[in-house]
Amino acid sequence: MLKFISHHMSSIDGISIYPIISLSIFVGFFVALLIWAVRSDKKKIQEIAQIPLD
Amino acid sequence: MELEQFSYDNKIVKKFILATIIWGVIGMIVGLLAACQLVWPDLNLASWLSFGRIRPLHTNAVIFAFVGNGIFAGVYYSLQRLMKARMWSDLLSNINFWGWQLIIVSAVLTLPLGYTSGKEYAELEWPIDIAITIIWVVFGWNMFATILKRRVKHLYVAVWFYIATFVTVAVLHLVNSFEFPIHFFKSYSMYAGVQDALVQWWYGHNAVAFFLTTPYLGLMYYFVPKAANRPVYSYRLSIIHFWALIFIYIWAGPHHLLYTALPGWAQSLGVVFSVMLIAPSWGGMLNGLLTLRGAWDKVREDVVLKFMVVAITCYGMSTFEGPMMSLKSVNVISHFTDWTIAHVHIGGLGWNGMLTFGMLYWLVPKIFRTELFSKKMANAHFWIGTLGILLYAIPLYWAGFTQGLMWQDFQADGTLANKDFLETVTQLRPFYIMRAGGGLLYLVGALMMTYNLARTMVMGKLLANEPAEAPALPKISTKRKEGEYWHRVIERRPLQMLLLSLVMILIGGIVEMVPTFLVSSNVPTIASVQPYTPLELEGRDIYIREGCYNCHSQMVRPLRFETARYGEYSKAGEFVYDHPFQWGSKRTGPDLHREGRGNKQNRPDSWHYLHMENPTDISPGSIMPAYPWLISDDLDRSHTETKISAMRSMGVPYAEGFEAEVAGNMDEQGKEIATNILKDLQADDFDENSVATLQQKEIVALIAYLQRLGSDIHAGTEELLTGTSPEEVEE
Repeated sequence: MLKFISHHMSSIDGISIYPIISLSIFVGFFVALLIWAVRSDKKKIQEIAQIPLD
Repeated sequence: MELEQFSYDNKIVKKFILATIIWGVIGMIVGLLAACQLVWPDLNLASWLSFGRIRPLHTNAVIFAFVGNGIFAGVYYSLQRLMKARMWSDLLSNINFWGWQLIIVSAVLTLPLGYTSGKEYAELEWPIDIAITIIWVVFGWNMFATILKRRVKHLYVAVWFYIATFVTVAVLHLVNSFEFPIHFFKSYSMYAGVQDALVQWWYGHNAVAFFLTTPYLGLMYYFVPKAANRPVYSYRLSIIHFWALIFIYIWAGPHHLLYTALPGWAQSLGVVFSVMLIAPSWGGMLNGLLTLRGAWDKVREDVVLKFMVVAITCYGMSTFEGPMMSLKSVNVISHFTDWTIAHVHIGGLGWNGMLTFGMLYWLVPKIFRTELFSKKMANAHFWIGTLGILLYAIPLYWAGFTQGLMWQDFQADGTLANKDFLETVTQLRPFYIMRAGGGLLYLVGALMMTYNLARTMVMGKLLANEPAEAPALPKISTKRKEGEYWHRVIERRPLQMLLLSLVMILIGGIVEMVPTFLVSSNVPTIASVQPYTPLELEGRDIYIREGCYNCHSQMVRPLRFETARYGEYSKAGEFVYDHPFQWGSKRTGPDLHREGRGNKQNRPDSWHYLHMENPTDISPGSIMPAYPWLISDDLDRSHTETKISAMRSMGVPYAEGFEAEVAGNMDEQGKEIATNILKDLQADDFDENSVATLQQKEIVALIAYLQRLGSDIHAGTEELLTGTSPEEVEE
């Protein structure tokens, strides 16, 4: 079964770029997340943190 | 705004609580038995009670039965409250409950009988794998439907952890369980050798991450604030913690395969990400502990908080230790030794166990509308349990270091100081006794909790349907409002959350696995490596059935003290026909990869015969179980031809039509081995009949396999004698 998967993968042009794209997606996402977390509204954050206690 | 009346389903929570307690006690008893067997091997009373079959039962019971039911109990309680909604379907809740228990029962029945896939923590055979998939989907379906009908706008961070758990466990289970069924109780892994190892430890490590960690972090983020009655220390940190953890965790699997035949780049990748894991793990730990800021006086009074503090501390300890162990220089000692066992029990007994206990002591009085039967007894449980963890782990750390250093010890003349592996095993006996004592203490604590909670349940009365009210949620706008950040938007959209988590975890898996599958230079083939003969293949299945991989590795690392002891280090190309791989992860006994013909530690057939009959006769002080049934039982040959065909369709180059020759081939090889054994044991005092009887036995097949291990690279005895090095050919 595996040989079929391998075969398909090796027939994709430039597959070696995929891991780099993947990593860039993550790094981009994570940086955006950090910026968001730092800049987010304090009141709103406190409100969400209270959810289990309501 | 008008309040809607509804009720929370506590009955399902109660069911999962009972299952958690019962399976927890059973799993711990089995663990104690396994620990005692390492001290008194006579406790291997029968085939179905032998260590190789009992150890997988213990790991499966505590991971999937104890912790698994603990997850469901906690999720079913907290999710309803966090969503201000009853579970979407009581029917699905009950299917989840009974289905999961049925899966556990089938594991309890099949594992001791030797029905196993031979892959650690994924031992259950294919029909049970399918059942797990179905029940897991039921759980996810019920969870998502509940999330979708919620009366709260935002998904609290605990719920994200539940979502990530669901998604990732589903992916891990599916990918690792590609199997080729032979019959109802037997299958072969679709992957072979290095690739099987990579997939298995990608699974194995992430089972720790997404079954033992993320759901429990979700529970921590709900129950610690609940028990301390204050919000989590930093909600911002919890967001960063979540994304960083799920992304980084998925890459770390190869740290289980350092110094093995796995390509070096994959090993390095695993190490780098393992070290990075400290950051989010400690972020989570600090967030949990700091939630108690200004409330530490409560910890003195409240037994629930005591359990939780120890749990979170153990989480911090083992998540610091884990990255350290994935550094190659540390791993040389920790890998294959009891250090690893100590490490996982800090996580298991400390983090999972203590958090479960804390959660149960908080939950049971709550849903039974009463006070805890005895706070004093719960306090005693806390101290006995904590002491049990220490008494369990410290001797095993000591044992791990002792054995690891003894393996490495060279004399001045350049030869090994402890030539006989057994010397390093007998040394560990006192530590194993103390470990069993620690396990016993921990079990006593759990039994006290069982009694305490049972009395609490009798004293109180279950509030099966807890009335609640909340305003209906106006239709949630999924659009981004002005001035609102994008993350807020996905917080409102559970399905997008699921997809994002999925993408995050797939990235790591793809980057690691695709190249190994693709690039042939990652697994250099060796021309002289041939498929197993039918008898060897059957012998290999006996090896798998008896769980030999629980104590014996098949992976000689390229280290001087390893090659001096075992011989040539293991090459990736030697395992290309191994469905599944059997590298193992622990050496309670010596490595077996160079056990076969042509290697320096090769032994005669009769040695193996006597050794399997009763190991202590040959190796006094050995703690290996005896396997008398291999000598008395005939080999079941009814599936051999199917197995050959199955192997061929997975790419093992058996010639077309080879099935027709199977019987003759097996007889021939069996006869030779049987004759060897009888010659050695009875001189010439045996006849054709005794050979014919012996060659049918399981032991002969097993010996055939053992004699084949790691012998292909020698490619004929002539070359071996002249010292020609094995020829490695790139495809």
